[in-house]
Amino acid sequence: MAAPVLKLIGPALRRVGFISGPSPVLWVPAVVISLLLLLSPAYLVIRSLGAGQEFWDVLLRWRVLELLLRTVFLVGTVTLASVVIALPLAWLTVRSDLPLARALGVIVSLPLVIPSYVAAFAYVVALGPRGMLQGWLEDLIGLERLPDINGFFGAALTLTLLSYPYLMLTIRASLQRLDPGLEEASRGLGYRWRTTFLRVSTPLLRPAITAGGLLVALYTLSDFGAVSLLRYETFTYAIFVQYESAISRTLGAAFSLSLVALAIAFLVLEYVARGKSRYYRVDQGVARPAQRVSLGKWKWPAFGFCCLVALFSMALPIGVLVYWVVRGVAAGEPLLLLWRATGNSLLVSALAAVVALVAAFPIAALAVRHPGPLSSLLERITYVGFALPGIAVALGLVFFGANFARFLYQDLSLLIFAYLVLFLPAAVGTIRASVLQVNPRVEDAARSLGRTPPQVFASITLPLVKPGLLSGAAIVFLLTMKELPATLILRPTGFPTLATSIWSAASEAFFAQAAAPALLLILASSVPLAFLMLRERR
Amino acid sequence: MTRSIFAGRYFWATVFMISCIGLLLAACTREVVKEVPVEVPVEAPVEVVVEREVVREVPVRDVVEIEVVREVPKEVVVEREADPGKLVVYSGRSETLVDSIIQQFAEATGIKVEVRYANTGQLAATLLEEGGNSPADLFFAQDPGGLGAVESMLANLPSEIMKQVPEWARSPNSKWVGISGRARTVVYNSEKLAEADLPDDMFGFTDPAWKNRIGWAPTNASFQTMVTAMRSEWGEERTREWLEGIQANNPKVYPKNTPQVAAAASGEIDVAFVNHYYLFRFLAEEGEDFPARNYHPRAGGPGSIVMVAGSGILSSAENRENAEKFLQFMLSPVAQQYFAAQTFEYPLVEGVKTQHVLVALESILKPDFTAGDLTDLAGTQALLQDVGVLP
Repeated sequence: MAAPVLKLIGPALRRVGFISGPSPVLWVPAVVISLLLLLSPAYLVIRSLGAGQEFWDVLLRWRVLELLLRTVFLVGTVTLASVVIALPLAWLTVRSDLPLARALGVIVSLPLVIPSYVAAFAYVVALGPRGMLQGWLEDLIGLERLPDINGFFGAALTLTLLSYPYLMLTIRASLQRLDPGLEEASRGLGYRWRTTFLRVSTPLLRPAITAGGLLVALYTLSDFGAVSLLRYETFTYAIFVQYESAISRTLGAAFSLSLVALAIAFLVLEYVARGKSRYYRVDQGVARPAQRVSLGKWKWPAFGFCCLVALFSMALPIGVLVYWVVRGVAAGEPLLLLWRATGNSLLVSALAAVVALVAAFPIAALAVRHPGPLSSLLERITYVGFALPGIAVALGLVFFGANFARFLYQDLSLLIFAYLVLFLPAAVGTIRASVLQVNPRVEDAARSLGRTPPQVFASITLPLVKPGLLSGAAIVFLLTMKELPATLILRPTGFPTLATSIWSAASEAFFAQAAAPALLLILASSVPLAFLMLRERR
Repeated sequence: MTRSIFAGRYFWATVFMISCIGLLLAACTREVVKEVPVEVPVEAPVEVVVEREVVREVPVRDVVEIEVVREVPKEVVVEREADPGKLVVYSGRSETLVDSIIQQFAEATGIKVEVRYANTGQLAATLLEEGGNSPADLFFAQDPGGLGAVESMLANLPSEIMKQVPEWARSPNSKWVGISGRARTVVYNSEKLAEADLPDDMFGFTDPAWKNRIGWAPTNASFQTMVTAMRSEWGEERTREWLEGIQANNPKVYPKNTPQVAAAASGEIDVAFVNHYYLFRFLAEEGEDFPARNYHPRAGGPGSIVMVAGSGILSSAENRENAEKFLQFMLSPVAQQYFAAQTFEYPLVEGVKTQHVLVALESILKPDFTAGDLTDLAGTQALLQDVGVLP
């Protein structure tokens, strides 16, 4: 899927003048896009100002501080746990002689396609205090109740299992481009592979780890499905409550602005953590695939670890969905496979992925090649939307769309733009990490040999950043597939997607009917992801 | 070496393609089946109920339904115009529940109906953001609170529409009209408890004996409407006492009604405060041995209020006439019968029979409220936030 997409945007990228210094062709689109992204925070400010004194009354309460601490605690836990899972998984599947490494690499990336509202519900059903697991255990050993997974533990578990793939994919993309020379030098100096991994590979992966970690943190910050179903109150939960039942737009906006402040704190943290080192090779040599490391006696424990992650993150939710579908069909319910909804989902997701790539490239390229206050500000701005709950972004666009751009309102273009606001950083982060690994001297050499800047971009730069571009596009695609709140509000009238079909059935307790589109969503997202990952030759 | 088993890079691709094709084939056969019942208002859930119920009921119901269906085409001939135009509906009611009755309206009148489905609160917020530029003609809301939030944007309704439903089920300012009724109830685990074990009214659940056994959904609009009813009936102080009493019993917090019914049946909790119809959807999906039942407090009170899902026309509506036709249709016997049979709600127009599995509306001791008394959501939310039930 990705190759034609790349051919499509290739000519557009070629014109960007990536190589030839800070030209307006790069600055102008980057500035325009960033300004457009600021529409959502602008709306929140407008709404909050309308609240006046009420704004401060609401925010300056102990309850808000409690929400803040709960949120930060959850985000911190999920991000750390994701690093602990993603780093070994990425390394094992790319660099070791793990049995079935390629297949496992694909499988452990797939949780990315499961919407949090589906997974959380599946975990409650399977692992809840009186869930399926308890039912089996009761038959076996008479256990009457399992410890409650609701609350912090369940929310952290669900969000970790769903979001570690963001980190793993960025680390994998980086690992595949990593110069093996440094690791070989370390091995040549007599270090064992474990020491090499910790002291050479891991520091080299720092940009990928921080970029991926930021994605995980912001995703956790903005997630509503898991925290509401597993009953752990966070900021986003409070925001949804304002919009869903309280119908107070001003309070919702005030909470959302606080969330933006929190996101900015995370962004600063990541900025500090990412460091300013160079990550490309400077001496002579040829990039080539690294040798796979032999795991020896660790082979099977490592294999078991990967399988365990796959079991909990993939097999369990899918198993529950299949169970529901089978039971529903057995009870004589019509199995709804919604082709129109599937087509619509694929369409908007593909469009969003392409648009995000085109929009992300100038921003990422500026940030890497022309570092400065303005370029890093532009890059940081893109991240704000990712932290915002979909509903806040959507209502902002309703406000601007209905009142100032009627012709765009309830049109596909505005929906795609909402996805851009929400998910652009996913593309910027991965593209940035891969541009970092391109040595500008290679491009200079090509220039000195007579190639024009567009030719250099097409023949040198683009092939080198391709893994990053593809995984950036893939992540945007998958995020869009499962996005619900903004889709519900901004979609054209009578435009069902898989996510809205799941919502529609699940909100009225038709679980069998909800499970079928949920499975379809997972399947439809897995196909492009699997293709993408199998295309990685290295 | 690692690639030896799955040497072909297309292996997984092939697996996916095969499973896709498999699903495609499965769907082709299934979807045809789904298409058939659209014409007739009898769909799968009802058939299940009918089959499960005592057989002697069946012939009677069938006759009734067929008579009703025949009425539709007659209306069509009279009302269809050369260009019936269109109608834009914002529906806070779920697509699975109302889509087929809206399609019937579209077919009967020839009007092109465009429906946006979303959560009632979110649609209300959307309408407020859109203001006078809203493309919507009509708002079909799940609860009176949603309608109350946008009341300033609604037009007055003609009295021939308003007077079709009883006074308690419509806006006192003629801004919106109830379409179907939904009762608050207590769902309980019928393996652990019998109806006799349950207290006479809602206040009984503040007894410490109910510690760790209760589920509730404080963010749910229907729950908040019940609390509004408590404030009307009991006054602020006693309502606060009730909320604090339940809080002290460490209730499990759920995001909405459905998971509460599931949790009551699984025994995760013993009782939950919900709307009446969710149970019947579970019974239809899971069968009669689903171990949960509804209890309407025998002493009545705010725990057994009947709320409405209702609808109002926007002042800015471009298709006002069609919107009025829509309301007329929703209050016609065809549509009222649909809500009774398909969604297990209470019909509001006189002469339409309630589903036989439901407790009759007359036997629920509902307090003497009108729908207008139950729109002060803001006051209720302030109280809930103050007690710490809402963030």
